[in-house]
Amino acid sequence: MSASNLQITGLCKRYGDFVALAPIDLDVAQGEFLTLLGPSGSGKTTLLSLIAGLAQPDDGQVRINGVDVTYGAPYERDIGMVFQNYALFPHMTVAENVSFPLQMRKTDAKATRDKVMQALEMVHLPHLAGRYPRELSGGQQQRIALARCMVYRPSIILMDEPLGALDKKLRDQMQLEIKRIHRDLGTTIVYVTHDQEEAMTMSDRICLMNAGSIAQLGTPADLYFRPKSVFVADFLGESNLLDAVVTGRTGDQVQISVQGGANVHAMAYDAVIRDGKTVKLMLRPQNLQIHDGPPDGSINGGTLSAKLTDIMVTGSMTKLYLQSHISDTPPLVAAFPTNRLGRQYEIGQTLGLSWLTADAVAIAG
Amino acid sequence: MSAPIIVLLLVMLVYPVGQLLLLSVHNSSGFTLVEYKRLFASSVYVDVLLITLKVSLWTTFFSVLTGYPIAYLISSLTRERKNRLLFWVLLSFWTSFLVRTFAWVVLLGRNGVINQVLLGLGIIDRPLSLLYNFSAVIVGMVHALMPLAVLTMLSVMENIDRRLPSAAATLGARPGTVFWKVYFPLSLPGVAAGALMVFVTAIGFFITPTLLGGRHQTMITQLIIDQVMQALNWGFAGAISVLLLAVVLLVFLIYDRMVGLSTMAGGSSAARGPKQGGRWSRKLGDVILTTLGNATDAVIALFPKRRKRAANGESLTLRVVVILLLVFLSAPAFLMIPLSFDSASGLAWPPHGFSLQWYRQIVDSPLWMQAITRSMLVGIGTGILSMLIGTPAAFLLVRGGMKGKAAMLAFILAPIVVPRMIIAVGVFYFFAKIGLIGSSFGLVLGHTVVAVPYVVITMMAVLRNYDTRLDLAAHSMGARPWATLRRVTFPILSAGLMSSFLFAFATSFDELTIALFSSGGLSTTLPKQFWDEITMQISPVIAAVSTCLFAFIAVLIWVADRLRRRSLTS
Repeated sequence: MSASNLQITGLCKRYGDFVALAPIDLDVAQGEFLTLLGPSGSGKTTLLSLIAGLAQPDDGQVRINGVDVTYGAPYERDIGMVFQNYALFPHMTVAENVSFPLQMRKTDAKATRDKVMQALEMVHLPHLAGRYPRELSGGQQQRIALARCMVYRPSIILMDEPLGALDKKLRDQMQLEIKRIHRDLGTTIVYVTHDQEEAMTMSDRICLMNAGSIAQLGTPADLYFRPKSVFVADFLGESNLLDAVVTGRTGDQVQISVQGGANVHAMAYDAVIRDGKTVKLMLRPQNLQIHDGPPDGSINGGTLSAKLTDIMVTGSMTKLYLQSHISDTPPLVAAFPTNRLGRQYEIGQTLGLSWLTADAVAIAG
Repeated sequence: MSAPIIVLLLVMLVYPVGQLLLLSVHNSSGFTLVEYKRLFASSVYVDVLLITLKVSLWTTFFSVLTGYPIAYLISSLTRERKNRLLFWVLLSFWTSFLVRTFAWVVLLGRNGVINQVLLGLGIIDRPLSLLYNFSAVIVGMVHALMPLAVLTMLSVMENIDRRLPSAAATLGARPGTVFWKVYFPLSLPGVAAGALMVFVTAIGFFITPTLLGGRHQTMITQLIIDQVMQALNWGFAGAISVLLLAVVLLVFLIYDRMVGLSTMAGGSSAARGPKQGGRWSRKLGDVILTTLGNATDAVIALFPKRRKRAANGESLTLRVVVILLLVFLSAPAFLMIPLSFDSASGLAWPPHGFSLQWYRQIVDSPLWMQAITRSMLVGIGTGILSMLIGTPAAFLLVRGGMKGKAAMLAFILAPIVVPRMIIAVGVFYFFAKIGLIGSSFGLVLGHTVVAVPYVVITMMAVLRNYDTRLDLAAHSMGARPWATLRRVTFPILSAGLMSSFLFAFATSFDELTIALFSSGGLSTTLPKQFWDEITMQISPVIAAVSTCLFAFIAVLIWVADRLRRRSLTS
C-alpha cells in the first residue's frame, strides 16, 4: 500500500442534540478497499456524506490526495459515488448517464464515446447503451451506476449500500464483480454496508462503527478473531459470551475462571486484561467440539457440559442449542458442517463441549 | 356501484350541455348555422377570443414562473417546515376568488394602499389609476391561480428523487448545471401539468376580468353571461360555448400529444418516460439546457464563496424570493382585516379607527344571513351527496377489475375539464324547463356535479394507500363484509373521507358560476350575494364578509390538517 489517499482527522457532525458522528480519525491508503460497517444509525452514512461533500461537518478535516476539501463542494472533489438506489437519471439513456460525468469534465465527443463504450464493456452491458434506466433490471441498473462512476476514473469511489436492493444470488455475483473491478482499476473504494458477511468477503480493512464512533478498525480477520469489545464480537458472526474473571496472565494467554467454577485458558489481546479483571469469554460456535458425555483432559482450552435443548439445520451448518448446567448463563450454540451420515443427537441429552486455547478470546467488559 | 355517478353526470352534465350545444345549431326553423355566422361576421367576438387567449397565456406564464420557486422550495423541505410553508399556499388556494379579487380592487383603488404608500413616500404626487386595465387583470389572475400552479407542480416535484441532484454533484456537475440538466427536465411534466390546469381555469374566468378589467379586457365567459342574462339569446350563448369548449379540448389534445394526459393523474414522469421528440429537438433542448447551466454557474461564480455552504436547495436567495412571493399571495387578504374594522366607509388606507359597525350590518341584514345559512346548507348537502355518489365510484375504480377504467375516469373528470360557465348555462336552461331554479335541491345537484370529481380523486388516492390485506385479515378472523367495512375499513379511511367531504363542501361554499344563474332572485348563496354587492358598490361590509370567510377557511384548513395528522399517527 502506498501513501494515504483519504485522510480524516477529528471529523464530527451533530444534528441538534444528536451526535451523528463523534470526532473520528481515519486514513485510507491508495487502492485500499475499506468498508464502513455498522448497524443503522451508527454514523457510517453520515461519514460517507461528509467525505462526498453532501453534508458539512461541524469540525475536523477531510483531505483527499493531500488537499483539504472539508468544505469544498462535491464537484470539486475527485470522487465518485454509487448510491443506494443507483440514482440513475431517469430522463437520460444509459449512454447519456455514463457520459454525464465526462461532459462535466469537458471531455471531447470522440473520447467520451470511446470511454463510455469501454466502461459499458467493463460491466458487460454495451448492448444496453440506448435504453432508459427504467427498462433495466435492478442488477443491470447497479452495473450502469458502477460504469457511470468508473468512467472518469475518480481517485476514490464511495459506495452507499450499493447492493442493498438486490436479492441474495445477485448480490453474491455483484460482490465478485465489484472485487474484480477494484483489482483491475486499483481505485480506492470506501464501501458502506450493514451486512457483516458482505464486509468480511470484500474488504481489505473494515471500520466497524457504533453510535457515531469507531468500534474497531482492522482487517476482517482482526475483527473476527481478535475483537476488542463485546459489541465487535457480537456484531461479526455468532458468538457465545460467558462471564469470567481473570486469575493469571502470561504473554497473550490468560487463565480465567468462568462463572460457576471451571478454570480455562484463553487468548487476551488487550493490555488492560489482568488479574482480577471481569471479562467475557468469547467462543465461536464452530470452534466448539462436541462429545458424548464429559470430554477427556487432553484438550488445552477448556470444557463445559450442557443439556441439548434444540437442533437447527441451517443448510450448510447444523446448530445445536444447549443450556449449561451452571445457572443464569445464556444458552450456548455449537455448530458443525451438516452431513447426512453424521451422528444423531436427541433433545434432552447431556453433551460435553471443549475448545482450543487459540480459539477462546477474553474480551474486556 | 358506479351507476349513481353515471346517472348524475348524464342528467346534470351530458344532457344540459348537449342541449346548449344543440341550441347553437337549431332554432324554430330547424338546423341552422346563423349563430356561428354571426360569431365570425364581425371581428368583435374574434377579438374577445384573442384577448381571452392573451390574458390566459400571460396568466399561465406568470403563474408557473412564480409558482415554480415556491413548489421547488416546499418539495425540498423536511415535513415540519414543509407544512408551515404549504399552509400559506393552501390558505390562498382555498380563499374564495371573490375575496382575493375584491382585495385587489381595494389595494389598487385611487385611495388604496398602493397609491397611499406611493403618495406618502413622495414618489408620486397624484394617485395613479391602477385599476381597470390589462396589468390589473393579469396581477389579479396570477394571484388567483398561482396556488393552483404550485400545488400541481408540487405533486410532480415531490416524486423527484432528491438523490439525483446529489448524484450529479458527485459526478462533477456545478449547481447551475445540476438544476438545468437534471432537476429541471425531471420537473417539466409538473410544469406542463400546472400550465394546463392554470390555462384551462383562466380561459373560463370571469370574476377577475369583470372586477379588475376595463372594456378592453372583456373575456369570452363574460360574453356568455351577457347573452344569457341580458340578450336572452340561448342559441348565441350556445355558439360561444362551443367555441370555448373547442379551444379547451384543443389545448388538452395538444397537451396529450406532447406530454401525455396520464401524467396528470399523479403518474411520475420517471415511470412513464418522456415522449420522444425528434432527434433534433432533443439535441436542441440539450444544448439550451447546457448553456443555461453554464450561464448560471458563471453567475454563481461571480459571488464570493462562503466557507460553509448552505444545505441542499436552500440558498438564501431562493428563500427570500419565496417569502416575498408568499407575502404577495397572502397580504391582500390580510389587508382586509384592518379595513373591516375601519370606522370610515371609504375603504381608504390607512384605516381611521376601530368600529364593529360593518360586522353589525352583516348580522342585521337578512340578505346576508340568509345567504350564509343557505350556503352552509347547500355546502353540507353537496358534501353528503358527493360522498354518497363519489365514494363507491372511487372504490370501483381502485379495487374493481373492470374494463374501460380509463374511459370511466375520464368521464368522471369531465366536469373539471368542461369550463364551469358552460355547465352553469346548461344547468340553468335545464332547471328553467323543469322548474328547479331557486331551489336548494337544484343547487345541491348542480354543485355536486362539479364537486364529485374532487371527491373521486381524493378517495382514489386514499384507497390506493389503503392496505387491502387488512380487510383480508379481518375476513380470516371471521368478519363478514359489512362488519369489515364498519370496523376496519371505514375507521382507517375516516380521515380521508372527512377531507373529501371538506373538499366537496368548500367547492360548493365557494361556487359562484352555477349559483349566478340558478340560485334565483330572492334567496341567494353567499358567493352570489357577495357578487351582487361587489358589482353594485364597494363597501366595507364586503371587507368584513371577506375577513369572516378568510378566518373560516383558515379554521377549515387547520381542522383538515389535524385530521390528516391524526390519521398518520394512528
